[in-house]
Amino acid sequence: MSSTRTTPPSPPGTGRSVRRPGDRVFAGTAKGAGILILVILAGVTAFLLVEAFPALIAPAEEIPGDGGLVSYIAPLVFGTLLAAVIALLVATPLAVAIALFIGYYAPRRLAQVLGYLVDLLAAIPSIVYGFWGIFWLAPKLVPLYEWLERNLGFIPLFAGPASTTGRTMLTVGLVLAVMILPIISAISREVFLQVPSLHREAALALGATRWEMIRMAVFPYGRSGVVGGAMLGLGRALGETMAVAIVLSVSGGITFNLISSGNPSTIAANIALEFPESSGLDINTLIASGLALFVITFAVNMLARAIVNRRADFSGAN
Amino acid sequence: MAKRIDVSDLDIYYGNFLAVEGVNVSIEPRSITALIGPSGCGKSTFLRSLNRMHEVIPGARVEGKVVMDGVDLYGSDVDPVDVRRQVGMVFQRPNPFPTMSIYDNVAAGMRLNSKKMRKSELDDLVERSLRGANLWNEVKDRLDRPGAGLSGGQQQRLCIARAIAVEPDVLLMDEPCSALDPISTLAIEDLMTELKERFTIVIVTHNMQQAARVSEQTGFFNLSGVGQPGRLIEFNPTEKIFSNPDQKATEDYISGRFG
Repeated sequence: MSSTRTTPPSPPGTGRSVRRPGDRVFAGTAKGAGILILVILAGVTAFLLVEAFPALIAPAEEIPGDGGLVSYIAPLVFGTLLAAVIALLVATPLAVAIALFIGYYAPRRLAQVLGYLVDLLAAIPSIVYGFWGIFWLAPKLVPLYEWLERNLGFIPLFAGPASTTGRTMLTVGLVLAVMILPIISAISREVFLQVPSLHREAALALGATRWEMIRMAVFPYGRSGVVGGAMLGLGRALGETMAVAIVLSVSGGITFNLISSGNPSTIAANIALEFPESSGLDINTLIASGLALFVITFAVNMLARAIVNRRADFSGAN
Repeated sequence: MAKRIDVSDLDIYYGNFLAVEGVNVSIEPRSITALIGPSGCGKSTFLRSLNRMHEVIPGARVEGKVVMDGVDLYGSDVDPVDVRRQVGMVFQRPNPFPTMSIYDNVAAGMRLNSKKMRKSELDDLVERSLRGANLWNEVKDRLDRPGAGLSGGQQQRLCIARAIAVEPDVLLMDEPCSALDPISTLAIEDLMTELKERFTIVIVTHNMQQAARVSEQTGFFNLSGVGQPGRLIEFNPTEKIFSNPDQKATEDYISGRFG
């Protein structure tokens, strides 16, 4: 008893306890890496703010388009969000279905090959997707757009006139969907496979069919992972530059008409297309639109975090 | 409605590996049958073959017959999903659904069976099942909290409540107390003695005192060596197994001379 009293254990975190050099080095490295992230983030934010500042205070008529900064950036923000949302709406269900098929339905051999192929989609450079979109996908979609205009034209989304080249917002959305498919599907697949067999067997032993087991045990457990994967995909879709710049036929402002050739551009594609021709205040304006993109992606990430945390008690992590 | 189970010439495989060989046994309704034996002897595998959970593992299959009240569970026209609704199971580690509340955990099986159930009926069922599992008084104020927040023993009783909520004919328990402390173990053993009035219970246990305390019949599984299939060496009333077993191997195991 007396020996324990003479050396009271110091409470954790005071730093007085004996620490091995290895631990100290590792803790320092980890801390440094963590701080580095914050420094980089702060640096990027500062750069965007400083460079965008002249555009923020400039009189409206000096901004390209003569309508002021807001009316310059608004269609770009709209186009960015529209393309990304289309991509997300198309890709997420497909990616979850692929992940389920690979994880729970496909024979093991096929599952491995399929998983590998889906991962390979992520390795294709975005410019290749751009060429694929404009030379292959867009012409193929033209008949579909004409059909949509004829039969579903009363819905504002398909009001037309249908593009004759197929270089529409919907085409861009579909190309982006293919691009973000592998990341969502890979992350979903991983979390689905991590569902403890305990939970899966619990459902099966209650007399659940395979689909019921997936609904009871797999989806709830994997939900936050799927949301996380979708948000990563959304991040890529929001920031995608080359594929959009190549495929999208840009003219006109905010419109929900997905199949015409008059589309708003996206922020990233617009920067890529306009930057070589720009100088002076025009560059500040483009950077200001980049700041807007930065804020959007930041907000998207916060939102995703909030969604995942909302039911943290029930997440299965405890 | 408790039912009897007759197993004849049951061989259980993992792929090409014969894990359990030639089991013949009759399990009586409204009683507790304990299965004991060293690790890896196939008692859990045998237990899982009784509700067709064995075949969930890729490549796993059985040959032979498991007849429950005249119906062969492995008949070609029998849906394993239906079998599992009649033969409930409690696992070694408590496994309440972490994403569900206590209430939803208990109601989960019933929601699978019949989607349309009035709220009041479901409330009654949940209360009845939790009372049946001796858990109601401990959780009645927090039915909407996650089941994973309970203690280990409470979680295991929640799993029992979940299993009995669907009114199965048979309840299989795979080492239900091995992850629990003695007090929780006692609570579950008491519960088993109550439940055997209504269900046929088969329990796998490494705890021989537990088998002696709760069961009417005991089966001893053993295997002759690594890579050899496990066999049911002896199946007798528990008193006989623990006082005067027929087989030398059983006596050696029970008296702690090996295993």
